[in-house]
Amino acid sequence: MAAQGSVVQKEMLTAGAHYMDPPIVNIQLAQDLLDVCRSMSLWPMTFGLACCAIEMMATGMARFDMARFGAEVFRPSPRQADVMIVAGTVTKKMAPAVVRLYEQMPGPKWVISMGNCAISGGPFKIKDNYNVIEGVDTLIPVDVYVPGCPPRPEGLLEGFFQLQRLITGKRWWPVAAEVKG
Amino acid sequence: MFGIPMILINLVIAAVAAMIWLALNALVLVYCERKFAGHIQRRPGPFEVGPHGALQPLIDGLKLMSKQLLTPDNADGFLFWLAPILSMIPVMLLFMPIPYGPVLTGMEVNLGLLLILAFSSFNGLAVILAGWGSNNKWGVLGAARAVAQTVAYEIPLLLTVLSISFMTGTLNLSEITAQQAGFIWDWNIWKQPLAFLIFIVAMFGETNRAPFDLAEAESELTAGFHTEYSSMGFGLFFMAEYGYMVAMCSICSVLFLGGFYGPFPGIEGWWWMLVKTYALLFLMIWARWTFPRVRFDQLLNLNWKWLLPLATFNLLATALIMKL
Repeated sequence: MAAQGSVVQKEMLTAGAHYMDPPIVNIQLAQDLLDVCRSMSLWPMTFGLACCAIEMMATGMARFDMARFGAEVFRPSPRQADVMIVAGTVTKKMAPAVVRLYEQMPGPKWVISMGNCAISGGPFKIKDNYNVIEGVDTLIPVDVYVPGCPPRPEGLLEGFFQLQRLITGKRWWPVAAEVKG
Repeated sequence: MFGIPMILINLVIAAVAAMIWLALNALVLVYCERKFAGHIQRRPGPFEVGPHGALQPLIDGLKLMSKQLLTPDNADGFLFWLAPILSMIPVMLLFMPIPYGPVLTGMEVNLGLLLILAFSSFNGLAVILAGWGSNNKWGVLGAARAVAQTVAYEIPLLLTVLSISFMTGTLNLSEITAQQAGFIWDWNIWKQPLAFLIFIVAMFGETNRAPFDLAEAESELTAGFHTEYSSMGFGLFFMAEYGYMVAMCSICSVLFLGGFYGPFPGIEGWWWMLVKTYALLFLMIWARWTFPRVRFDQLLNLNWKWLLPLATFNLLATALIMKL
């Protein structure tokens, strides 16, 4: 039943709505420069679905401070946002809203699927599941998955770094040393 | 020179300089705002992009320019795109009559103050067009609030400015500055302390800044009148907001804080104007990150019940004293 549900949900996305005109002047250097700019000012949308949103807020607060990487500008309007952090359980009732908000964002846009619920349904992926979408990637294309239940703020920041690598093809910040013992 | 009148060349140079000044200030203020916000909340703010995050506003600007431009299906396309331009263009005019230094005045206008007050009202019109043109309920609600607010706060602002011009007997900003030459106690702030306070509060209301930023209250209205604007449409509104802040703070320093004159004679120069303007801008940013947003009835009550009677009283008292 769940599998059937997800097939139906996938058709929520408007066909052809995400077409973007190719650049009129395509200079590689300029495109690279713009890509760097895009990756360094990823404005997320003010949008939280469940408990992962609390960790997302913690990432914006003083201890972890997403602002260091220029990503603290949480825009309330999807028209001004670049990245959608799907933070939490996507229920079937919420799914149309998620898709609509995704479609309202102007391109280029990215999606971070944060937490196990958004990735695969997490603890709700059971036989009798009747109300939870098993993975937000059945609804909208997802660029970066951040696993955890919920992921720690470091995890979300790492997700942002991965997204920056996806956009520019380069990792910008040093990798955290592995803690031994 | 080549048959072109000198005044025209002067005007073109002043207009270009005003544009550069506006863009530069927007960049610096975005950086200051985010950095101050960070430090007020005990975090570093933008830090990694450039040294101490200094490239952040530039990068944000480039990114905004490279975003997709969207016009909503049901929007009135002409009005929708007219609004950000109408919001941006008059800001440049505001800088023309302001004397930034002994020789640094864009245009000597006898009615400079009137010109500034007239053109600063354009912002209200731009906001109505933005809200109405985008055909969005949040936009219309934001525009309605913005109009109620700017119309209300313009009256005490005008009355305080009027009491200054009653006192100095001129609307020319250069002359108002010249009358404050001398020591720090010659500044108008000591002669009109009440007008200064009213001007500061009305300035917050006029520029739609927190705690009076009800037109774009995120928690209630998504983004208010610029909900539907993506890319540089939003960017222009943003730049215009900072432009109005800079203009208002410059006017406040000319009217009350002695303009380009220092605290004692013989050290006047454009740097004093810069210091005073930026001190006032810092006050505005500080207030934004310190005070919570007020309710709409509180906002209008403050204006109609306190600022307006006080400003009227101040004007009448000024008139009386000037007559005696």
